Formats: sequence, structure tokens, C-alpha cells
Amino acid sequence: MTDRLDGNAIAGTLQAVFGTEMTTATGVCGHCGDRNRLGALAVYLAGPGTVARCPGCDTVLLVLVEVRGVTCVDALGFADLNPAA
Amino acid sequence: MVTRGFHGRRSAEADPSRVPPGQYVTRDFPVLSAGPTPRRLAADWTFTIRGAVDEPVVWSFYELRALPATSITTDIHCVTKWSKLDTHWRGVSLDTLLADIDTSADYALAFSDGGYTTNLPLADLTGGQAMIAYEYEGEPLTAEHGGPARLLVPHLYFWKSAKWVRGIELRDDDHPGFWENYGYHNYGDPWKEQRYAGD
Ligand SMILES: [Zn+2]
Repeated sequence: MTDRLDGNAIAGTLQAVFGTEMTTATGVCGHCGDRNRLGALAVYLAGPGTVARCPGCDTVLLVLVEVRGVTCVDALGFADLNPAA
Repeated sequence: MVTRGFHGRRSAEADPSRVPPGQYVTRDFPVLSAGPTPRRLAADWTFTIRGAVDEPVVWSFYELRALPATSITTDIHCVTKWSKLDTHWRGVSLDTLLADIDTSADYALAFSDGGYTTNLPLADLTGGQAMIAYEYEGEPLTAEHGGPARLLVPHLYFWKSAKWVRGIELRDDDHPGFWENYGYHNYGDPWKEQRYAGD
């Protein structure tokens, strides 16, 4: 049993927060240096919020929480994050 | 607490006095995790109480199993709004683990495999309110539900009941855990609907 999804599961939320399509944006993991499209991240719909991790090393790259209808995204784990060119 | 029959009916018609505001009753036990499920063997698991203590105290899984165990039947409440009634757990009370520990700490930060943390007042871990649970519904706790052992603090929202728990850091200051740091309530009383900071 697994509840692991990929970054497409948070495509709508990311688009709403960043104002642009983000699954094709690329980010560099601050821990292992892997470069991945956000659509390729390992996404976990945890209890309180959603966590996106590096598919290579499992480091937490993004945390999404919705507090009273307002979604906040913390891109805490990226060394670099670039919207799609 | 005695569990009577007619489980299906009772779940469908749950006693409203047992369901906190904004919650619904489910018979499922959704698996909600912030990361991959750690697959730690019991033989490799330890539980540590550290921080504001003279010396950290460490129990192996087998040492924990050798301590007096308690069984409880309790309701659990997830902040994602499901509640599950009459769940059965077996484990070791935190009162037992803390009995010989001398500390000035007022707060605890539970830490788990995978890096998860959650904070709570030390007073909420004592007085028969919390256990390190290693059995659920008469079976060893599965990894999906936090095994080999998890913290169980059923009077608070279930994110406080840290899966894959490895220990507790006793602290003089209150240090927010993973979700508490992201705007979830520092205490998380389901009966006061303390979902978010400021509730
Ligand atoms: Zn990485």
C-alpha cells in the first residue's frame, strides 16, 4: 500500500499559487542536486497538508497547506526553482 | 469502555456526543503520511527520551515489550475531518516510561523516522493520556499505521500521534513540530476545533 502520487496531483494548486503552469517547471534539490520537473516529484497527501519530495533522495522540497481557504506553499528544499521556459 | 454489538448500525448512527465539531465518522482508517513509509524492523527500533534529562534513556523494542502494557479503546480524530470510534490499542503508557525520569521540562517534541516531529505539553503525555502503541486491533502495528510503534495521544488531533516514533525530546521551551510550523494549531484539541493557529 502506498499513498505516493506525483506532482501532477498538485498541478492545480501550484498553478493557483504561482499563477502559471508549474508541473513543467524545473527545480534543483538542495540536498542531492537532482534536477526534476515538479510533475515528477513524489507527492504525499498527508493529514494536515501536502508534501512533495525529491524522487531521488526523499528530501522535502515543497510543503503545501491550506489554512482557512488560503493555500501557502513553502519551497523550502529547492536550491533553485525555474518556471518552464 | 465496553464495546457492544451492531457495529455497522452504530457507526452509521454514531453517538453525536462522541463526534467533535466538524468531524464525520468513518469505518476506514485512512493512511495519511508526509513521506515514504519507513520499513524498520522491530529489532532495529529504539525509543529514546532525551533533552532536559541528566542522561538520555533508551529502550529497545524488546525492552519496551517487557514493560507493563496497557490496552485502551478510544476514538481518534484526524484534522482532515474523519473520526474513527472504538479503536483498540496496546502499548506502554508514557507514565511508565517517564516514571524514573527527573526533568524540569514543560514541553515535549516527539521525533520519528523520516524526520517528522510534533510538539505537545509534557502534561498531555502523562496521567494515562498517551502511550507508545505497538498493537492495533490485536495485531502488531503495521508500518503503514506507524509500526513498529507509534505515539498515541487520542485526545488531540491525530497528527500529534506521531507514526514511526523514535523518541521524545523534553524541552523547557515549546518548539513547533512539522505541521505546527506550517500554521496548524500548536495544541490541537478536536473538541475546541483547534485546527489552525489562532483557532
Ligand atoms: Zn534530492
